[in-house]
Amino acid sequence: MARIIAGVASSHVPAIGAAIDNKQTGEPYWQRVFSGFEKSKQWMAETKPDVAIVVYNDHASAFSVEFVPTFALGCAAEFPPADEGWGPRPVPVVKGHPELAAHIAQSVILDEFDLTIVNKMEVDHGLTVPMNLLFGSPQEWPCPVIPLAVNVVLYPPPTGHRCYMLGRAIRKAVESFPEDLKVVIFGTGGMSHQISGPRAGLINSKFDKAYLDNLTKDPKKLARMEHLEYMREAGAEGIEMVMWLVMRGALDDKVDEVYRFYTVPASNTAVGHIILENRKGAAKGKRKSKSAPKIKRAAARLTHRDVRRGK
Amino acid sequence: MPRAQHDYDDIPGTFVFDAERSRQGYGINMFCMSLMKEENRKAFKANEAEYLKKFPLTPEQATAILNREYNRLLELGGNIYFTAKLGATDGHSFRHLAATMTGASQDDYAKMMLGGGRSVEGNRSKSGRDKPAPKSAKAKSAKPKAVKSKAVKSKSRAKSRSKARSKRG
Repeated sequence: MARIIAGVASSHVPAIGAAIDNKQTGEPYWQRVFSGFEKSKQWMAETKPDVAIVVYNDHASAFSVEFVPTFALGCAAEFPPADEGWGPRPVPVVKGHPELAAHIAQSVILDEFDLTIVNKMEVDHGLTVPMNLLFGSPQEWPCPVIPLAVNVVLYPPPTGHRCYMLGRAIRKAVESFPEDLKVVIFGTGGMSHQISGPRAGLINSKFDKAYLDNLTKDPKKLARMEHLEYMREAGAEGIEMVMWLVMRGALDDKVDEVYRFYTVPASNTAVGHIILENRKGAAKGKRKSKSAPKIKRAAARLTHRDVRRGK
Repeated sequence: MPRAQHDYDDIPGTFVFDAERSRQGYGINMFCMSLMKEENRKAFKANEAEYLKKFPLTPEQATAILNREYNRLLELGGNIYFTAKLGATDGHSFRHLAATMTGASQDDYAKMMLGGGRSVEGNRSKSGRDKPAPKSAKAKSAKPKAVKSKAVKSKSRAKSRSKARSKRG
């Protein structure tokens, strides 16, 4: 049986990728950022996942405004790095895991999450920067990757609650895959930042720290947070953090926070990073039987609210 | 038809790229996407006004592109990840564009970011009807750097365009 053993959240600031590609990581400005990921790389090297699921967003690279899928799952055998206007990043081609990806698609769609299946896709810094931060800059990425692209560019993105529940459905899918695989799931983007309009440059460290705390301890509280609050408190583009909730939803209710890092700024953005591990030997069957009624209750709540709104 | 009002229109200095703006700004964003290709960047630079004729743009959208009015482009339906490609064509990084949109000089903007960024205090709401969450209300250090609501003037644009840099991020 495949299983998700840990979750990683990390910012995916494009300037971090540029600093790596231009060999500026040793400069004091960048050293402050990269030093925060040394332990993470060590953790990843020891954890040796068989597959990584990377929840990220595309930045007008693979998807323009011609079509905008809310959730797009990469089922291809490989995903080349996109040319984002500066030439493709000099990183290895990302190898997929088409069998597990197809299995996840089939399972979560029947669980009522209407994913778009993508069989040809280039991936941009949103995916490759967190990979560099956790895997370094190897000749080949050490494990296959399943990209899950979430629309957070065109408002409205999926709600935090929807993302969290999708995480749960992904976990269920992974656990029903027959091959014995260790899976790590990434949530990327954030933390607080605004890069558009006269309010650009907004950073809210207090919000970010509380978000990191709750990601470990009380993710359901975060799942209830409305988009308006993200945009007001964490900047228009800070809404990317809903993607972290897909990752969190795929983990146990109780997790161990094994590492955390936070710094301001990288370019326009607050950099946040956390590693959460499922507790070893946590009863899997118990959690499963608990989660089903919760999905039902959540659906019921939504229905009531919609009724009140006269929908 | 006037634009429908939304709760997020109350956030100062922010143009949320919603479905309505996406519809309105389709031409802007598709123009920006075309700049992903080197031959298109060259063709655009060779004759900007002529190149723009290939896209469904209103006269005010075309003018905003020619004048590099980045805030106006957001207001007219452009999205930052797309308009950043126009900036990149001029050799400007994301941070450069962000500074331009705030109306600050590049140096002042860089200093603000190194100092922890723009504070959220004083920048949550235009109407003031939104109160910060009780816990964060005690943030006393806050020296509000309120955003300027006026659009960036084309003068500063001309200056910033002249010193093209080839940096990302």
